[in-house]
Amino acid sequence: MKSVKLENVTKSFGKAKGVENIDVHIKSGEFFTFLGPSGCGKTTTLRVIAGFYFPTKGRVFFDNEDVTRMKPNKRNIGMVFQNYALFPHMTVFENIAFGLQVRKMSRDEIKEKVARAQKLVRLEGYEDRKITELSGGQQQRVALARALVIEPDILLLDEPLSNLDAKLREETRIEIKRLQVELGITTIYVTHDQHEAMAMSDRIMVMDQGEIQQIGTPQEIYNKPANHFVASFIGESNIVKAKVENVTDTHVTVDIGNGVKLTGLKENAAPNLDFKTEKDILLSIRPEAVREGEGTNTLTGTILLSEFTGVNINYLVKTGDHELDVMFVNTGSEVLNRGDSITLHVPEKGIYFLSEKR
Amino acid sequence: MATTNEIKTPKQSLWKRMTESRYFVYVLVSPLFLVLLAYVIYPMYKTFAQSVVDQEGSLSLENYIRFFTTEANLESLYNSIFISIVSVITCAIVGVGMAFLLNRYEFPGRRVLSVLALVPMALPPLIGAISFSFLYGSSGIFPRLFQAIFQLDDVPFALTGIWGIIVVHTFTMYPYYYLSASAAIRGLDPSIEEAATSLGANRWTIWRKVIIPMLTPAIVASSLLVFMISMASYTAPLMFGEERVMTMAIALSRTNGNLEMAATQSTILSLVSIAFLILMTWYQNRRNYQSQSKGIGVHRSELRSPLVRYITGILSFIGVVILLLPIMVITLISFAVDGEWTTQIIPTSYTLDHYIELFTDSRTWGPVKNSLQMSTVAVIGNIIFGVFAAYAMVRYNFRGKVFMDILIMVPWALPGTVVAVNLISAFSEGNIFSFNQVLIGTFWIMPLAYFVRQLPLVFRNTQASLMQMDDSIEEAAQSLGATWVYSFRRVVLPIIMPGILAGTLLAFVQGLTEFVASILLYSPSTVPLSVGIWNRMYSFQFGTACAYGVLQTVLIIIVLLINEKLKGETNQSGAALG
Repeated sequence: MKSVKLENVTKSFGKAKGVENIDVHIKSGEFFTFLGPSGCGKTTTLRVIAGFYFPTKGRVFFDNEDVTRMKPNKRNIGMVFQNYALFPHMTVFENIAFGLQVRKMSRDEIKEKVARAQKLVRLEGYEDRKITELSGGQQQRVALARALVIEPDILLLDEPLSNLDAKLREETRIEIKRLQVELGITTIYVTHDQHEAMAMSDRIMVMDQGEIQQIGTPQEIYNKPANHFVASFIGESNIVKAKVENVTDTHVTVDIGNGVKLTGLKENAAPNLDFKTEKDILLSIRPEAVREGEGTNTLTGTILLSEFTGVNINYLVKTGDHELDVMFVNTGSEVLNRGDSITLHVPEKGIYFLSEKR
Repeated sequence: MATTNEIKTPKQSLWKRMTESRYFVYVLVSPLFLVLLAYVIYPMYKTFAQSVVDQEGSLSLENYIRFFTTEANLESLYNSIFISIVSVITCAIVGVGMAFLLNRYEFPGRRVLSVLALVPMALPPLIGAISFSFLYGSSGIFPRLFQAIFQLDDVPFALTGIWGIIVVHTFTMYPYYYLSASAAIRGLDPSIEEAATSLGANRWTIWRKVIIPMLTPAIVASSLLVFMISMASYTAPLMFGEERVMTMAIALSRTNGNLEMAATQSTILSLVSIAFLILMTWYQNRRNYQSQSKGIGVHRSELRSPLVRYITGILSFIGVVILLLPIMVITLISFAVDGEWTTQIIPTSYTLDHYIELFTDSRTWGPVKNSLQMSTVAVIGNIIFGVFAAYAMVRYNFRGKVFMDILIMVPWALPGTVVAVNLISAFSEGNIFSFNQVLIGTFWIMPLAYFVRQLPLVFRNTQASLMQMDDSIEEAAQSLGATWVYSFRRVVLPIIMPGILAGTLLAFVQGLTEFVASILLYSPSTVPLSVGIWNRMYSFQFGTACAYGVLQTVLIIIVLLINEKLKGETNQSGAALG
């Protein structure tokens, strides 16, 4: 298994910007995800690694080998495309065998390896089926088998679940993760779905507008977002404008308007955030971090919207000039209605500080 | 070993630098441009050059002045335009009318009629014209039949001259309207009409405001096409002896040795054709109306009144007869003994000799063999050019792409007569494009003419298959380690094969039935099938002529059937993957 290193990779298309200054080191055997909204440059970055695009600037390394200008067919990568890109005129066997035939393996060896790959993705007995006779999920597994059978150094997955329905997506997600753990293969996964990214990845690279926003483990990204974009893109978050009022060694107190003051932990802040008194700042408060009743950082407000989903109770609460999304786990207590007043508090740990620029 | 390595490295990097360059694509497409330059642009230029010199060889517009001041020329131009306009109108009425009847109403005989509506497309152009003259010409079967029934001194009616041409045009060209209008009608979502009704519109308003506007793109496109083909028509005027049309005038100028005038007439006709081609391309690239809904249930109203059913039944029977008669008469006469059918209504004695001769007499087999050989050579050229041009156009971006697209279509838009004149101007003396050989009078000029006339066929069909294929399929092959050549051979080629095959078959039968350019270019040793038919007709060997005709028709029908199947297959796999 190889590691992948992108060194200041920039890819522009004519005047349009593709990605800029991508600098990342993906470790051998790691499950690494590029996460971001569509058009953020995640697929472009993946295609630079696959060799379909040559970077305009910067270099690409597999282990210590510079592969920046290497043709895609020399890179020994396995790639699963969003639309699977199966060869429509070939059977399941022929599709999976393609990469082995390119490598001029003997007939027996090919047979044995294809059979093993079929077993791996649970498609035994399907070898003579035409691609058009398979369901979406089965096509997906053929694509996976075809990419894995060549024993690639790196596995690239480009939104492989986006064409599947919800139930199948769940199943296939677990399947892919199982295969990755079993084979220990370096895997780069592209998705715009944060749940997929959180559930599967060792580390995630969040991208927006062609630039890296944050690289980190799922917990780091969720609990310690680097900026406004990451905080609101990953999970739900209330972003509240505030002014720094008082800073101690461990705590920061801010004013969120109308004389309401909140206090949080100083360590609970985006990296390099500079707390200066009177400075404008942003708070990120997750809906599930807010508690009902009185406590530290008490707020009172009225309910604008009330939503009961079974597992949760969601409220939109107006407090001062702010509207807060809050979420409580349903414990059987009474659900409040629009117009009711409510008392909330935010534990110190539930407040996260961000700088005002995005 | 060390030395070879040292030499190899810089060489490779030069090759790499070259292939990675943005301009490398121009190296790849330059052979395509060279072919177009040699066999499309250069011949056109030579004809043009010939038209702008006077008798002494100095540059002048004398020929054009002479063209526009000679009454015969002006009459030819006027007749060609008149025939084309009337053909557009008659074809539109028949084609759109039939499209509506067959797609919107249920009546006795509908199914048979809708299968046979495309029969005219299976008729080779020369055979279509010949069959009409057998059926309705001045010594044709029907005029003589009525003469006999009513004991007349002379035939009561006969197709001749301009109106004969127009009738043949209507019969052979209405399918263009029928096909495009049928597609448009099938695409008309009934719910749109229902929506209009629910908003309070009556039948007439719906027609005026909904149906006609939605059919307009199909009708305009077909009109441009039919006008262009009518202007280029040569066989029908030839058959009905109408010398005062542009194509005939060109051929006549050539036979009279007035090459400058032939070049002038060709240039003028080319300008008209190219103008229409550009107009058509422009019109098709505009956004067309399209229904948003996907699955559309076509509903046919049933004609209930017994009287109406009775009348439509008879009318569709007559329609079926009219559609089948040309093929029937050609088949009938192919069994007639040559020289024995003179004043009788239909031939009196029959024989199988013509078919036996076809395969036993080397003189009769000659034209068949020639056509097979020449078409094969032309088609091989078409495949090589068409596949690579299609690949380059779909996969690469380069300057001059639109220009190249139009250049490939130009020879298709040009009348066959003009293509022949252009090739004669270019290759009656050696030049670099013919490797310094005189091609006129040799075997090679015929396949070259076929190659040029069929240029778009393989190209267009391959292009369509390629556009259906997702880019990522080729990338998948590459990521699995395949080189470009390997993935082209194992992945791209098999996927686009149905398209290539469809285009190839069409090009092949078009070569086998080509007449218009052949008649100006053939030499005694390269008589093709259609010229063979014409020569036999000329020497009153109708039987053999028609046996040739039946052979051509059967080949066309086989190809159309195979193509229908190929189309079905690609659609299936395309739909399943899409």
